Amino acid sequence: MLNSFSLALKSIWSNKMRSFLTMLGIIIGVAAVIILVGLVNGQMSYMKESFSDMGTNLISVNLTNVNSRSVSDEEMYEFYTENIDYFDAMSPNVTVSGTIKSGNESLSSTTITGVSEEYLTLKSMELESGRFIQYSDLASRQKVCVIGYYVATEFYGSAEAALGDTLSINGDRYTIVGTVERQTSDSDEVEEGGSDDFVFIPYTAAVELARNGTINNYTFAMSDVEQTETVKGLLNTFLYSIFKNEDLYSITAMSELLDSLNSMIAMMSMMLGGIGGISLLVAGVGVMNIMLVSVTERTREIGIRNSLGAKRSTIMQQFVIEAAVTSSLGGLMGIALGCGLTGVIGKVIGMTAVPTVGAIAVSFSVSVGIGLLFGYMPASRAAKLNPIDALRSD
Amino acid sequence: MAAKAFRFLRRIPSKDSSCAAESGRSQKMDTDGNAPLIELRNICKIYQMGTEQVHANDGISLKISRGEFVAIVGKSGSGKSTLMNIIGALDVPTEGEYYLDGEDVSHMSEDQLAEIRNKMIGFIFQQYNLLLRDNLLENVELPLLYAGYSKSERKEKAMRSLERVGLADKWFNKPSQLSGGQQQRVSIARALAGNPSLILADEPTGALDSKTSREVLDFLKELNREGNTIIIITHDNSIAMEAKRVVRIKDGKINFDGDVEKYAEFV
Repeated sequence: MLNSFSLALKSIWSNKMRSFLTMLGIIIGVAAVIILVGLVNGQMSYMKESFSDMGTNLISVNLTNVNSRSVSDEEMYEFYTENIDYFDAMSPNVTVSGTIKSGNESLSSTTITGVSEEYLTLKSMELESGRFIQYSDLASRQKVCVIGYYVATEFYGSAEAALGDTLSINGDRYTIVGTVERQTSDSDEVEEGGSDDFVFIPYTAAVELARNGTINNYTFAMSDVEQTETVKGLLNTFLYSIFKNEDLYSITAMSELLDSLNSMIAMMSMMLGGIGGISLLVAGVGVMNIMLVSVTERTREIGIRNSLGAKRSTIMQQFVIEAAVTSSLGGLMGIALGCGLTGVIGKVIGMTAVPTVGAIAVSFSVSVGIGLLFGYMPASRAAKLNPIDALRSD
Repeated sequence: MAAKAFRFLRRIPSKDSSCAAESGRSQKMDTDGNAPLIELRNICKIYQMGTEQVHANDGISLKISRGEFVAIVGKSGSGKSTLMNIIGALDVPTEGEYYLDGEDVSHMSEDQLAEIRNKMIGFIFQQYNLLLRDNLLENVELPLLYAGYSKSERKEKAMRSLERVGLADKWFNKPSQLSGGQQQRVSIARALAGNPSLILADEPTGALDSKTSREVLDFLKELNREGNTIIIITHDNSIAMEAKRVVRIKDGKINFDGDVEKYAEFV
């Protein structure tokens, strides 16, 4: 057995060029599987992370407020307080499109959102300075705002300096009562339109500012993610009793999005891995082809070995092991190449890509398996040679 | 060359050959201590060539004792190669029995034949048949490897064998670095390595010049003097004359079997 291995290595070494070309198929196949799966996994886990950051305990409710039926914020709050055991926080979301101004400077990329006093809890954000919007601000439609890190630094230089100052939203003056701490990590650049470029105002004020008088979106934070189904059921019952039509509202749980994202990742990995797998299969046919040539070329050698007492099983073993060693070597090189390239390609296209242990294990075992499988046919052909004919061949 | 053509043929069982009529006439095997090393009883080898049956061996009976030096001589197509294949356990006869050292080889399976070749027979071929990728030591070790000897035993036996043919100092060389005569000596070393009962040489001097042929023949004679049983297969009467006993094959039958002196008179 051990001897067959050294024999196989010798044979591979004596035909370096040909062996390498045979291995090349396996190398590319294995590397492709590792790179593709690595890239998909890297990208997907990045997406997953950003989803989780948004909060997996959130449920978002979107309403199509038609004239005949609609849900007012009072009704929504009523529902919320009745089922308070299931929830941590709730906030209406009113998006206002517009420009903010401070002095002569203006920003149009800033997200302006009308929210409730619980929004900070809902989004798991922390204040940098000042205070957040309070219930009294909502009740009296106070023109106060809480701004993001980008707006604070861009307009006032720092979070502290911004407090007490005013900015105008679509012409209305709002007093800055607080700033939210930086959302992006310190190493990243603070960008216009990024996650630090926002202004929060009381939703009651926002409804006025938006001039359509309705609230179309609410976000709930559940106290327990496990209860997603129950909470969705409650919301559905409540909303259906008002709208009498399921098409007029939608309830989306972040945790469900995450689940579907996860299954999407798994499917993408499988699909791309499968494509790499096909190239491995093609490589296997290449191994078989070369082994057949090798058997034909070495007919005389097989005859000599036969005449000296090699049994059929011994000849068989020699060639199967040679094929397996060829493809395993190719597999190992493929792993090295794949792991190396995954990082490089990831960097070039700006993605975090890490080779996965699963992809390495699967592609390597497939390449060894392919060697055994496709080595079998040529090997059995070698083993079946008649020693007399084999000895006579040139 | 008819022998070459046989490679395209398949063995077939024969029913209506002349062999079949004679095959019932089997002899009792010697059971005393002087049992022959080789006993062929009415060996037939029949090939189907198209619609015709070719009797490559047509009822050959032959006994060879230990320590003999026999030349099997015949023209090409006479059936001597077929006979060699059967004696060398590379092939089995269509009919008849072949006892090698008391064992019935004629009905063995491929794997059993491989074992017989490995343990009992040392082949010397016209084309040396060395493995060109391996060095001399590895070549000589090969039959020992298949016999299952350990690495150290293999090396020891193979080196001793190489010493015997005077090539021990070149053990690391590849066959291609040697002259034809040297290569044939390596193949003799390989044949001797496993200490076989029979050395079977197929045209051992066919590819050599007269001087190296002489050397190889002298070496075979020496091996015979040391007690080895040697069979040379050749088409060349002058080579056959080097042996002690000559068996001549013609048209698949033995048409002479006797001492080399008598053979000289015969031809």
